[in-house]
Amino acid sequence: MAEHAPVILLLAPLFAAIAVSLAGIRLPAKAASVAEESTGAAGEIPAPALPAKEDQLCYLLTIGALAISLVASLTMLGQTIDSGVIQYFVGNWSSPLGIGIELRVDHINAVALVMISAVALITAFYSGSRVAEETPGKEPQFYAMFLLSVMGLMGMTVAGDAFNLYVLLEVASLSGYALVAMGEKRRASVAAFNYIIMGTIGASFYLLGVGYLYIKTGSLNMAGIQGIIAEQGLQGSKTIQIAFILILLGVWIKMAFFPLHGWLANAYSYSPSSSACLLAPLVTKVSIYIMIRMMLTVFGPFYVFTTLDWGSVVVWLATIAIVAASIIALCQTELKKMLSYLIVAEVGYMVGGAWLGNHFGMVGAIYHIISDGFMTLCLFLASSILIFKTKQNTIAGLAGLYKKMPLTMGAFTLGALSMIGAPPTCGFFSKYYLIRGGIEAGHWEYVGALLFSSLVNAILFFRIIEVAYFNPLPKEGESHGHDDHDESERVRWDEAPASMVAPLLIAASGVLFVGLYNREIVTVIEQTLNTYALVGGGG
Amino acid sequence: MEILSSKPLLACAVSLFAVIPIVLFGRRPNVREGFTFLAAVLKFGVVLSMLPLVLKGHVIKHTVWQILPNVAIEFRVDSFGMLFALVASSLWIVTSLYAVGYMRALKEHSQTRFYAFFAVALSATLGVAFSANLLTMYLFYELLSLSTYPLVTHHQDKEARTGGRTYLTYLLGTSVAFALPAMIYCYAKTGGAMEFSGAGALAGSIEPGAALVLLLLLVFGFAKGGLMPFHSWLPGAMVAPTPVSALLHAVAVVKVGVFCIFRVFTGVFGVGFLQELGIATIISIVAAFTVVASSLIALSQDSLKRRLAFSTIGQLAYITLGVSLLSKQGVTGSQMHIAMHAFGKITLFFCAGAIFQASGKKYISQLAGIGRRMPLTMTAFTIGAMSVVGLPPTGGLWSKFYLVSGTVEAGQYSMMWVYLLSSFLNAVYFFPIVFHAFFRKPPDGELNGGLKEAHPCCVAALCVTAIVSVLLFFSPDPFFSLAKMTTGISFAPIE
Repeated sequence: MAEHAPVILLLAPLFAAIAVSLAGIRLPAKAASVAEESTGAAGEIPAPALPAKEDQLCYLLTIGALAISLVASLTMLGQTIDSGVIQYFVGNWSSPLGIGIELRVDHINAVALVMISAVALITAFYSGSRVAEETPGKEPQFYAMFLLSVMGLMGMTVAGDAFNLYVLLEVASLSGYALVAMGEKRRASVAAFNYIIMGTIGASFYLLGVGYLYIKTGSLNMAGIQGIIAEQGLQGSKTIQIAFILILLGVWIKMAFFPLHGWLANAYSYSPSSSACLLAPLVTKVSIYIMIRMMLTVFGPFYVFTTLDWGSVVVWLATIAIVAASIIALCQTELKKMLSYLIVAEVGYMVGGAWLGNHFGMVGAIYHIISDGFMTLCLFLASSILIFKTKQNTIAGLAGLYKKMPLTMGAFTLGALSMIGAPPTCGFFSKYYLIRGGIEAGHWEYVGALLFSSLVNAILFFRIIEVAYFNPLPKEGESHGHDDHDESERVRWDEAPASMVAPLLIAASGVLFVGLYNREIVTVIEQTLNTYALVGGGG
Repeated sequence: MEILSSKPLLACAVSLFAVIPIVLFGRRPNVREGFTFLAAVLKFGVVLSMLPLVLKGHVIKHTVWQILPNVAIEFRVDSFGMLFALVASSLWIVTSLYAVGYMRALKEHSQTRFYAFFAVALSATLGVAFSANLLTMYLFYELLSLSTYPLVTHHQDKEARTGGRTYLTYLLGTSVAFALPAMIYCYAKTGGAMEFSGAGALAGSIEPGAALVLLLLLVFGFAKGGLMPFHSWLPGAMVAPTPVSALLHAVAVVKVGVFCIFRVFTGVFGVGFLQELGIATIISIVAAFTVVASSLIALSQDSLKRRLAFSTIGQLAYITLGVSLLSKQGVTGSQMHIAMHAFGKITLFFCAGAIFQASGKKYISQLAGIGRRMPLTMTAFTIGAMSVVGLPPTGGLWSKFYLVSGTVEAGQYSMMWVYLLSSFLNAVYFFPIVFHAFFRKPPDGELNGGLKEAHPCCVAALCVTAIVSVLLFFSPDPFFSLAKMTTGISFAPIE
């Protein structure tokens, strides 16, 4: 059983997605009535409507499948730590030169997979109490898309073949577009359309690049291409260079690397909260993983950093991305928009770190994939809950919430501190590795941009914390002024239901856990990373 | 000799754990404060139990968590850390007593939050005192900034918001922008393994230009030390309730700042290495400027707490100046000044709070004749002022004595004049207050008010610190012995 973990990882959500869509077939008659109910009760506090039996089944199937994936990814992490890289040929077709389906797990993606499956599971828990309200009547469709999206993202991470990766990229993207489009207002459709256009362009670039690569090397096996380039002396080939540029552009669009980020903010702000909480932590991070995989495994660090020598240019681009996205984030008044632009800034962190071309930069970039996944999840969950409770999308709507919702605000503050980079949260340690990489590479502009972004994050989040801490709670019939300080002036706790707060608290503890165990995570990552002979490695 | 023991961790963590019962018993103030006292006494007890070992010249170590490949969160108690921990943990007990009186008499809101964050702040303070390397120090330094924010902004009004904003902007801004990159640069240069060491961890592995930049980044990065031009957060933080101003902004937070600067000088660079480089003079000049300028600004302040705050800025710069002289006497003097100034200044803040609590007066111009109504408070105030000025019979004399002899030892006579001028200015801005309080007639309405002291807990607390200030004149131990040990600091011979 354990040796089939790589494929179980993918099959569990895939089969569950099919099962969920089958379970939903009986629903249409019911859908209308559910929709009516939810619109009828719009004025009142929308207590999570009791889900129909079918929906409950869909929910349980989703949770079950994702739990299996999490177990599978943990198993693989254990296996890679014990015995190194896992190669798995689906159906036993081991044909390294043809198009087999090869799954490949080394230390880097084993860690990434644990993050992805954990984030997906936590979000699935959260979605249980929100889906009925956000996508009334379409619960099975939502869960099916959710599962397919997760399956695609995990597939991209384990794929050992550049073309398979493309297929899974499309699986993840198409289901992602659908998840965004399920948002309740028309602007969600516009955002999804924008996302489709940009995403398709990105995927096409990627495919084109893989095509060029195949023409020149005759192989799609990721681990094999590097050897072929070296053997046949293709380093100078323009075709290979163009292939690299196309692939790079493709993943840059997919990861929303500034200025190719146009699709991201609206897609994450206007989609249903459960979709945003799944896509925001994962999609950009998986794309960055793909970029790093391409740089390290497919083209090889020697080709990327020595033959091409574009490191400085890309680090400068990343610097601009960090600064620009931080400033744009500073201009936002809507909570989720602000968080979305912060993701764009974080993407700059990781692209810059990976292109520093030294050990610590790469460690920082890969570690930040993990830590940013949890940080973003924590912040998106917290803000979704805040928006759900206050029914306001703006920062000003958070007045007085420290008293009313201390748990949610506590988790939000923790996520914020991690974004600012206060120890011992994981954000501090990613900054530590990235800044150290920047210093060792002598890229002071990148170091400056990281510090600038930390300071901007501090301003951003303390602006929110101030509103939530100082501004009095808006109340009907304002009875007590602000001046009478009285111990009896206790505000009742008014938290969201436990089914929403619990996933948030798990995500928040993830932020701390990833921070405290950063040495262990980095040690695992280094086992694979050290085989690539980067500058300053081995330590 | 190095001794492994988990006592440093215990001393640091005991107040962190106290947060749980403090929050749980939020509705029963007496039980809640009971736990605060319990934690404070335990903390002091644990610190005290390590004292004999440290006095024998041992260093107590404890590795808490191997957090980065080559760097651990690690505690290491040497004589200097012990001195600071003793000051902070003993004064927490007294301040808790004071806080009970002050907060209850003024019927402050959210007292549970107040006591909870106070306990966290004390954990962070001891964490800094016992830290064995830059990363541990940075971690607790940031924890202290963040945990004191709710205390500074306790009143949650407009003034508090402004004060809190200044507070965080300066403290978080400088630590992230200056101290963080400098720290990582240090780790990158030394390959990761870096502890505070007497010889200086960086000694010899860095060129002079980079060393100067690094020194400036580290000294200004720890802006809690209040060196100009990054001092404005301290007057801003005076919006906090007085117990906070007293313990945190006269002792714990600000002393953590100078403590970190001291460690940078002695542990990161090393006194000998700095003498070789000759770059410490720049810090001396900045500190000397701060000493004089802040005393002059203090003269112009009418708000009593703001005058005390500017006085604190000057006294902190004394300490920085003392270390930057790189002489043995100066280093001893700075360490002692951390203790002596703490007892003197906390008395002054206690008095300021007691006056406000008993009469609602915040401004010096309102204090005419107040000595008749609050004789105990104003007597304590006089003693505190004498200690800060450095007059016998108070402990402040000894630290000033060593600081001044440090300038002579280093041959920097101009700095000696800075100390003397500033002491004179200290007298000029304190003694008129005393004079007005005792010898001026109170305003007509208050002529026959009789005695009206503050809450008994407040009065008791300020009497204790005033008495200790006097006792320290007769017996400055154990602070004196600890300060003289200067464990592991190697002074290069002065040519």
